[in-house]
Amino acid sequence: MVIIRRLDTKLKRLVIMDAERCVGCQLCMFACSRRLGFAGLDKSALHVKSVGGFERGFTVVVCRACMDPPCLRACPVDALRARDGGGVILDLSKCIGCRFCERACDIGAVFWDDSMNKPVICVHCGYCVSYCNFRVLGVEEMISR
Amino acid sequence: MNQNNVLYVDLERKSFYVKNRSDLFNKWLGGVGVALQLYKEEAVKGSDPLGPGNVIVFAVGPLTALYPLASKVVAVFKSPLTGNYGESHAGGRSATAIRSAGYGAIVIKGVSDRPIYLVISEKGVQFKDAATLWGMRSTFTAGRVLREASPGTGVRTIMRIGRAGENLVRYACVVSETYRHFGRMGLGAVFGSKKLKALVIHGKSSMRVPKIKAYRDVYDEIYDLAVKSGSMKKYHELGTAMNILPINALGALPTRNLSEARFEGAENISGENLAAKKLGRRVACSHCPVACIHLATIREPYPDEPYFYKTTFVSYDHELLYSLGSMLGISDINGLLKLMDEVEIGGLDAISTGVALAWATEAYKKGLIKLNDLVVDLDWGKADAYREAVKLIVDQPNEFYKALAMGVDHSSKIYGGRDFALSFGGNEMPGYHTGPAAHIGYLIGSRHSHLDAAGYSIDQKMKGLSPEEMVDKLIEEEQWRQVLSSLVICYFARGIYEPSIVKKALDVLGYEFDEERLKELGRCTYREKQALKASEGFRPSELRIPERIFEVPSFHGLIDKNYMKAALDHYSKIFNKIVATE
Repeated sequence: MVIIRRLDTKLKRLVIMDAERCVGCQLCMFACSRRLGFAGLDKSALHVKSVGGFERGFTVVVCRACMDPPCLRACPVDALRARDGGGVILDLSKCIGCRFCERACDIGAVFWDDSMNKPVICVHCGYCVSYCNFRVLGVEEMISR
Repeated sequence: MNQNNVLYVDLERKSFYVKNRSDLFNKWLGGVGVALQLYKEEAVKGSDPLGPGNVIVFAVGPLTALYPLASKVVAVFKSPLTGNYGESHAGGRSATAIRSAGYGAIVIKGVSDRPIYLVISEKGVQFKDAATLWGMRSTFTAGRVLREASPGTGVRTIMRIGRAGENLVRYACVVSETYRHFGRMGLGAVFGSKKLKALVIHGKSSMRVPKIKAYRDVYDEIYDLAVKSGSMKKYHELGTAMNILPINALGALPTRNLSEARFEGAENISGENLAAKKLGRRVACSHCPVACIHLATIREPYPDEPYFYKTTFVSYDHELLYSLGSMLGISDINGLLKLMDEVEIGGLDAISTGVALAWATEAYKKGLIKLNDLVVDLDWGKADAYREAVKLIVDQPNEFYKALAMGVDHSSKIYGGRDFALSFGGNEMPGYHTGPAAHIGYLIGSRHSHLDAAGYSIDQKMKGLSPEEMVDKLIEEEQWRQVLSSLVICYFARGIYEPSIVKKALDVLGYEFDEERLKELGRCTYREKQALKASEGFRPSELRIPERIFEVPSFHGLIDKNYMKAALDHYSKIFNKIVATE
């Protein structure tokens, strides 16, 4: 499902349509790692966990594509740059794995790839959305500034 | 995410090691095939199921964490209920967690000197004190404590037992993620005997898939079949609870200890009615887009405080609605859900519990048991009384409940009522009185479960089979299911994971298994199981058929004794031939 917030560009961001619909299947997480050529979960830039027991539903953590991203401001080596439409783009070659960005994100949407010791940050491609059978996730179109 | 790594844990010495067992995984793929071999290597032959010689093996398979619906873990152990081969499957987050922690299988040996729980990750095993958790009334509370005390939120499984397991009820279960279970055959009691309260397993590793495009294509094919083809519709919408009405209409829904096979309250306890009135949430196992887990809500006022309520979530499906519903004559939904909740709190297998209580009720009505022993006045439909009885099974305050906690086969040997003690090979019957294939299936299935070969399905689809043809069909199905449970696929997805799809799924991962080799693997695993059962004392000639199934018409009418005998004779020949050659 696509919600058009602004009409003038095609920039996208991943959004949560309704976390109450989440069944906790984690297919979005598997999709995210698969996109990068991996099976499993540690390359995934989003996370689904129960709100304290399955009966209470699930918390779905995705990058909100901040216009003024705290993670970017926290990076000491300019490995993160602003992405058109919000959020950041990571330059792996500059990243020193200091985890400042991970700590700076208030909602915990900077994940960590332990095998590479680098952050995993959503690029808002929307690949995961096509594997969400319950319309928890969606893509929103954004304005460019 | 190396599938070939096996984690060996010794509870007595509180030690562990990891060993690469590609020898086993190359030959047996994973899941039940590998678990069986590990069990044979590690268990002491002829040992007491509740003694130090028993081992528990958990195994996942080559498709775990790689494809949708490969969402189950197989547990292999010696069953304290049947005294022979025990096997149970569960989902939740357990399969993904084990594979993502870097293991293909986990072997748990020995007995701890004090209550403990284990935290397992890629780094190995932490042995944690469980003295405070031991004796806690509810599996929910134990789960909550472990959730807050342990790492890995979202990528972990928390398997725990309740007081039923601690008190060695022979059909105690292991609860995982609150609503999934290693339900049948008493794994909970084996945990209890080892003083093992819980396992927390967490991990989030990944693996690079070499043929990534081909892998994505096969993945999408399976995903589309799961969400678009309609083959999973039943599980997706009403869940297995949708079976209640059709099975009842066939005259195949065991009611009041199978004194009847149609339940006048079926409408009330149907999946349709529950969905309309009680369904509060649906949840899924990890990597399953179907979400068959249906949670009902009960909203109850507190009697001592006005405008003060609690809301409880209770997981239901066909087997619970049968065993704790129709089998006990309970049609009041709230009463039924509260009974299910009590079974969950104590950590019991719902099927065995319901069948045990149904037998007890009939035995009481026939004067075989005294009210003094029974403590509560059990009667069909009285959910509150049954709820009290569940607590008594867990606590076992007297000789009667000590016996009932051993199962109906054992209880009926002491108190009588053998003819209506509905156990097959020592395991209490599931919710299908469809005809001869269902019952022969319970008798000859490796774990005496309806899931071994789905005889209920053969009964519904085919009429006029000879006893020999029917047994051959059951065995053929059970053999293919060995492949599914080596991969390890959820049986609900058996319609998707046809041999051609399985071959494709394995192919892109580099496994060379054509369809014939897969089927041969199924046949070999089946033979291995029969041989193992024989070595532990199983004899087909000693199988007992409860007289009751001949007294109540099934979907196939009254079941013919000669037909059943011919079927068992045919199976005996096959079994004996396997045992002679293996």
